[in-house]
Amino acid sequence: MTSKKIGDVILDVKNISLRFGGVKALTDISFDVREHEIRAIIGPNGAGKSSMLNCINGVYAPQDGAITFRGQAFKYMNSHQVATMGIGRTFQNLALFKGMSVLDNIMSGRNLKIKSNILLQALRIGPAEREEIAHREAVERIIDFLEIQAYRKTPVGQLPYGLQKRVDLGRALAMEPQVLLLDEPMAGMNVEEKQDMCRFVLDVNDEFGTTVVLIEHDMGVVMDISDRVVVLDYGKKIGDGTPDEVRNNPDVISAYLGTSH
Amino acid sequence: MAFFLETLLGGLMAGMLYSLVALGFVLIFKASGVFNFAQGAMVLFAALAMARFAEWIPLHLGITNPVAANVLAFVGAGVVMFVVAWIIERLVLRHLVNQEGTTLLMATLGITYFMEGLGQTIFGSSIYKIDIGMPKDPVMILESTFEGGILINKEDFYAALIAAALVALLSVFFQKTATGRALRAVADDHQAAQSIGIPLNRIWVIVWCVAGVVALVAGMIWGSKLGVQFSLTTVALRALPVVILGGLTSVPGAIVGGLIIGVGEKLSEVYLGPYVGGGIEIWFAYVLALGFLLIRPQGLFGEKIIDRV
Repeated sequence: MTSKKIGDVILDVKNISLRFGGVKALTDISFDVREHEIRAIIGPNGAGKSSMLNCINGVYAPQDGAITFRGQAFKYMNSHQVATMGIGRTFQNLALFKGMSVLDNIMSGRNLKIKSNILLQALRIGPAEREEIAHREAVERIIDFLEIQAYRKTPVGQLPYGLQKRVDLGRALAMEPQVLLLDEPMAGMNVEEKQDMCRFVLDVNDEFGTTVVLIEHDMGVVMDISDRVVVLDYGKKIGDGTPDEVRNNPDVISAYLGTSH
Repeated sequence: MAFFLETLLGGLMAGMLYSLVALGFVLIFKASGVFNFAQGAMVLFAALAMARFAEWIPLHLGITNPVAANVLAFVGAGVVMFVVAWIIERLVLRHLVNQEGTTLLMATLGITYFMEGLGQTIFGSSIYKIDIGMPKDPVMILESTFEGGILINKEDFYAALIAAALVALLSVFFQKTATGRALRAVADDHQAAQSIGIPLNRIWVIVWCVAGVVALVAGMIWGSKLGVQFSLTTVALRALPVVILGGLTSVPGAIVGGLIIGVGEKLSEVYLGPYVGGGIEIWFAYVLALGFLLIRPQGLFGEKIIDRV
């Protein structure tokens, strides 16, 4: 990981507060993400990790604060705009298109990039065919990369959980995002599946230079693969820094292990 | 044998027309999970628009060529259905995102009454006719194979051809284009579809437009058979058993369901009718649908939904 060049701040989260009625999901959260790094958000259950991700992704509209992406500040955007700007995501509870094949699921990630006329697409002629082939090649590279060649035509609903998680990642990768948001990519996996997923996340970061923001429960995994870690607890930020700094932060230790009173 | 084939073909052709109406239900259910009660009203609305445009165009624009007038009327009615789709999305659907299915269902009930009223206010409430020059005379085929040949209703035959062409067109649209893929994606998961940049609002307009065009074609064919009148809305009721049989989420299901019901109606009428005093055609479809609801509620091709606790 030493060879990796970490760049400037690409995503800057400033003073975000999010409330649902009287429930404070997030209070005054600020952190930044630098280009090419793997940034983890950790915290116990209900700490507000997924809420944070959903704010960046445009699913929730925070009441206060702003998010700056590549110099452009926005308070709230819808998911469609976020996707157009180059932020992709995966889901904690799988949200795949279950009736569609693996190939179609990943192809759908390229929808934003398909430009040709719908009539030409239907008839598969001229530029539309060349475009379809180009996109298919890109999708095939992703399928190879994720080692799911054998399941190309299988409806995703029939795949085991670990493979569905890969398809979810593949669909997000197909967008060629600059920032990839991963919502608990290893949740519910066994040790081998976790190792595979770690490898994929590291390779994505390394080979494609994609900036990764990931939420994870598994402390071991997070400390191994991330460059910097944000720790949330009850919607507040209690720690921020390299894995080693965070590990030795007394607030973090008490949040995870409890304190004696 | 010839008589049996004649009944069978008659049933298949009638079934194709049921499929056409059923398709409208399936399209909207697939893409937004709403059972669109307004489909029948849309059929009436589209047929009224087309019938009246076909009357007005020669009168006001001076285009007397019947083919040109009909084509223009069809395009005009298509534009009207596009506007209707856009308005429905703007005024109704947009405000009901993430609401319960029942809420959306009630909303489409409201749309039904509104469109029935509005259609008759704008276009009039008498009986109009659509004349797209379909031949009405029956024709004999296979006279050399069977004694007496098989009598086929030409109008039904052409109507079935048009319906089949539309279905083929829609399958290509759904399977081969990026927009079709987006529609299928939205049907499966709204949030995930948004996360890869598929705009929900635009997709809904597209799907209601497509359903509008399907309603227009159905209205045109049924209207030219029965005349354009209020009772056209009940055509949608005939299509209900078809979607129950075929499954609400399946385009092929709508086709096969329509064919089964068309054939079943005709055959039961002819072969069972004499024993129970006739009139089977009217209730056969509903009884069949009822049986399906008991045994296979998801229909022949529908997705089996397993609810976990």
